[in-house]
Amino acid sequence: MEGRLGRAGLALWALGVVLFLWLPLAIILVYAFNTSNIQSWPIPGFTLRWFRVAWNDAEARDALLLSLKAAFAATAIALVLGTMAAVAISRFRFFGREIFSFLLVLPIALPGVITGIALSSFYTFWGVQFSLWTIVIGHSTFCVVIVYNNVLARLRRTSPSIIEASMDLGADGWQTFRFVTFPVLSTALVSGALLAFALSFDEVIVTLFTAGAQNTLPIWILGKIRLGQQLPEVNAVVFFVIVLTVIPVVISQRLTQESGILRRE
Amino acid sequence: MAARAEEAGRPTRAARRRLSGVFWRRPWLRGLSQLGPPAGLFLAIYIAAIAVLFVSAFWTLDPLSGEIVHDWGLQNFKTLWNEHTYWRIAGRTIGIAAAVTVTDIVIAFPFAYFMARLASPRLRTVLFVLVLLPLWSSYLARIYAWRLILSNDGALNWGLGGLGLPHQHIAYTNWAMWIVFSYIWLPFMILPVYAALERIPDSLIEASRDLGARNWTTFRRVILPLALPGVVAGTIFTFSLTLGDYITPILVGNTQFIGNVVYRNVLGLSYNLPFAAAYAMVPLAVMGVYLILARRAGAFEAL
Amino acid sequence: MTKQHKRALGRSAIAVLVGTLAILAAGCGGGGGSKASETTTKGPTLPTSIGKGEGKLSLVAWEGYTQPEWVKPFEKQTGCKVTSKYAGSSDEMVTLMRQGGSQYDMVSASGDASVRLIKGGDVQAMNPKLIPDFPNFIDALKSPPHNTIDGVHYGISLQWGPNTLLYNTQKVKPAPTSWSTLYDSKYKGQITIPDNPIQIADAALYLAKAQPDLKITDPYELNQKQFDAAVKLLKQQRPLLKKHWSLASDEIDLFKNGDATLGASWPYQTNTLQADKVPVKDLVPKEGATGWADTWMLSSKSKHPNCAYMWVKWVSTPKVQAQQAIYFGETPANTKACAIMDQLSPGSCKQYHADAPASYFDSIKFWKTPLADCGNGKTDCVDYNQWQQAWTEIKG
Repeated sequence: MEGRLGRAGLALWALGVVLFLWLPLAIILVYAFNTSNIQSWPIPGFTLRWFRVAWNDAEARDALLLSLKAAFAATAIALVLGTMAAVAISRFRFFGREIFSFLLVLPIALPGVITGIALSSFYTFWGVQFSLWTIVIGHSTFCVVIVYNNVLARLRRTSPSIIEASMDLGADGWQTFRFVTFPVLSTALVSGALLAFALSFDEVIVTLFTAGAQNTLPIWILGKIRLGQQLPEVNAVVFFVIVLTVIPVVISQRLTQESGILRRE
Repeated sequence: MAARAEEAGRPTRAARRRLSGVFWRRPWLRGLSQLGPPAGLFLAIYIAAIAVLFVSAFWTLDPLSGEIVHDWGLQNFKTLWNEHTYWRIAGRTIGIAAAVTVTDIVIAFPFAYFMARLASPRLRTVLFVLVLLPLWSSYLARIYAWRLILSNDGALNWGLGGLGLPHQHIAYTNWAMWIVFSYIWLPFMILPVYAALERIPDSLIEASRDLGARNWTTFRRVILPLALPGVVAGTIFTFSLTLGDYITPILVGNTQFIGNVVYRNVLGLSYNLPFAAAYAMVPLAVMGVYLILARRAGAFEAL
Repeated sequence: MTKQHKRALGRSAIAVLVGTLAILAAGCGGGGGSKASETTTKGPTLPTSIGKGEGKLSLVAWEGYTQPEWVKPFEKQTGCKVTSKYAGSSDEMVTLMRQGGSQYDMVSASGDASVRLIKGGDVQAMNPKLIPDFPNFIDALKSPPHNTIDGVHYGISLQWGPNTLLYNTQKVKPAPTSWSTLYDSKYKGQITIPDNPIQIADAALYLAKAQPDLKITDPYELNQKQFDAAVKLLKQQRPLLKKHWSLASDEIDLFKNGDATLGASWPYQTNTLQADKVPVKDLVPKEGATGWADTWMLSSKSKHPNCAYMWVKWVSTPKVQAQQAIYFGETPANTKACAIMDQLSPGSCKQYHADAPASYFDSIKFWKTPLADCGNGKTDCVDYNQWQQAWTEIKG
């Protein structure tokens, strides 16, 4: 449809965007090998020292563990609540439905700082001690939305007659869910869960307000940037995290491919 | 043996059926049980928290003891209205948010178009992964990387020096913030636009062509309107995320955003929650209006 | 779905909404929710001995105050595992302690935070008799007004130091001797100062000499006219700044990358930069300097008081005082640390004024919280709330 020149231009543009997206990542990765503590360019020498330092750093390990725990918890909550909400919204029409679905989107549509101070003052109001669970609740607010959106989009694409057919054939509510609804939703759930996990794992804006003395990994990274003493260690940790996240990302895109987002219907 | 297992399972199945029947006959119960928990979490915690925040914007802080006094009044809003610094900060925040949004639309749209309509399936997968991976790596590290790139002795000036161009002092300016924000939120714009463009069936394009429209007209009259919800969905992210961010101004800027004033009054400077809440009403109101307009444009389907 | 069902669901949605509002109303009626403020004296029911360690200790500290060099031996000796939360300003420390509940056991508060913490009931009295090195402290820091009220000690002094003028020796010539260099448009775009309202005092300190008709005697006790002059000076300085540093590493980065060549700083930055071979030097200019005297204070809600006392005992010993002083570049409260400092790093005792006479100590204008009632009959001083608001305006 587009002329050859147009096509070439767009391809070039796409290449440029990819380079733009990856340049800072490349810089992070290169600085992880920096011998010097001064982060100027070009770096004076290469070393693997920082990876060893990062590996032995107990604080970093604790922070990583806390982040993983929080992300798993938030994702689990999001899966359950998000699915429930999506099923309810898609199946029933009731008074307040529009308002409710609008309210559900708020946590990701509103700036994180608002969620942060709202929750922070709420916890202080009720005298709740800041802990892992205050962090998890904060993350759940936007994780639920992610799963909700994904599941809702999928439900909108499936015809409700499947449910009715299953019931006609004698399955009760639970069996219908287990054998009919769930398989249809499964890839949406997985991709929603992966995205929710990623957002929770990397979250810092809301977490700063809802964490007490605990350090999640982003808070640890921010602390290390403050300390300014061993910056390449942060780069080493980030390098490690990027390498680890390749796996879930690839899985997620495989799944979405099967479900059709990457294939035109 | 299978028969015995079946027999053993029968009472539970029977109980389940009865329970299921109860739910079937009383949809409100089913609705409540499905809607209840998420509604409970959301309304009791999130919405309530925002409501309390809104209410506390009308309170004040006792200067000596630091206690919040339930002294209802508009004093916080008066301070914000009268002191021109807060106008300047709000203007700066909204201005940069708008600039970032426009920039991201300009960068993302051709890219998403290429990915959705011109790329082969395998290339599409590759591009998708390449866009998603930066989103997964640490937000803080990426901002810090830009600080390193833009600093006086950083990669940018090294490259410019190599090309014989003069050194730039972009670090810690509003330009730096504009660049960094556009960079960080770019994947959030690419994905919804891509999803919207991808959903446009080929048959529509062909029909348009059959009816005599040329490339540009088809683009303007068919593709663009259908992609619009995706674009608006993307702008919700870029606008809202920039409006509330306080980390990037601290790391790569030297001016304050609304988020910084709010942050300082809650975690940093002093615990003047009423004042922070009052100022937080600004992004809340702006986003509220924006969301209502966006919903009209159908962006929520594309989120 | 039938109308009946629709209505039923709608009703349940309303029920949940009403329920939430009811909870809200109950909470509102119940009052603010901030903790009760018992002003000052937590009664002199002080412990008479240090009991068994509780195994954990959570500290709010300045960066560089909890280095592994002296934390690891402490952990090994006492079994108290130390976690640190670093703060960049006194305001942050006050907020952390106020909001933190029982999460933080101790805070290394400077003089402008300590009084606020005491008045807010966030810290409790401590028994200096449990600290064997206490008698060796310099007299001025045994019971200073910023941590001892009516004879009750609300913490044990730690170290002190000046706010210095930091400059790049290669880019700033001739070497500066006065704070006026920071306000000089010759260095536009190369200057950095802390993001801290207490900086207004530094401007006032400079004006005390530069504009003597303002008659500024104490940079923290400013009447409206003096305050406005200081704020005006800072607003004039604003376009000259590259960036405000809120984190010590900000300033370190700025100097390392050549983005800044002049700044108001702490000796910590100087030490770190020199260790990385950046050509910098610092000095206390001729107008004098503001400074900070830090105190380890015990939270009134601390769950680990024994570990806390063990920590204070540990950091008051001459060896740890020397280690910390050299690392950060500050002056120890313990007079016996001087000898050890020279052992660890020859000449450091003199460099960090550990052997300086009392007159040097008196020449530093230590941080304190500006109050409206500033003593000596003056009640028209500008209070800290206004400092904070003015600071937001200065930053712009």
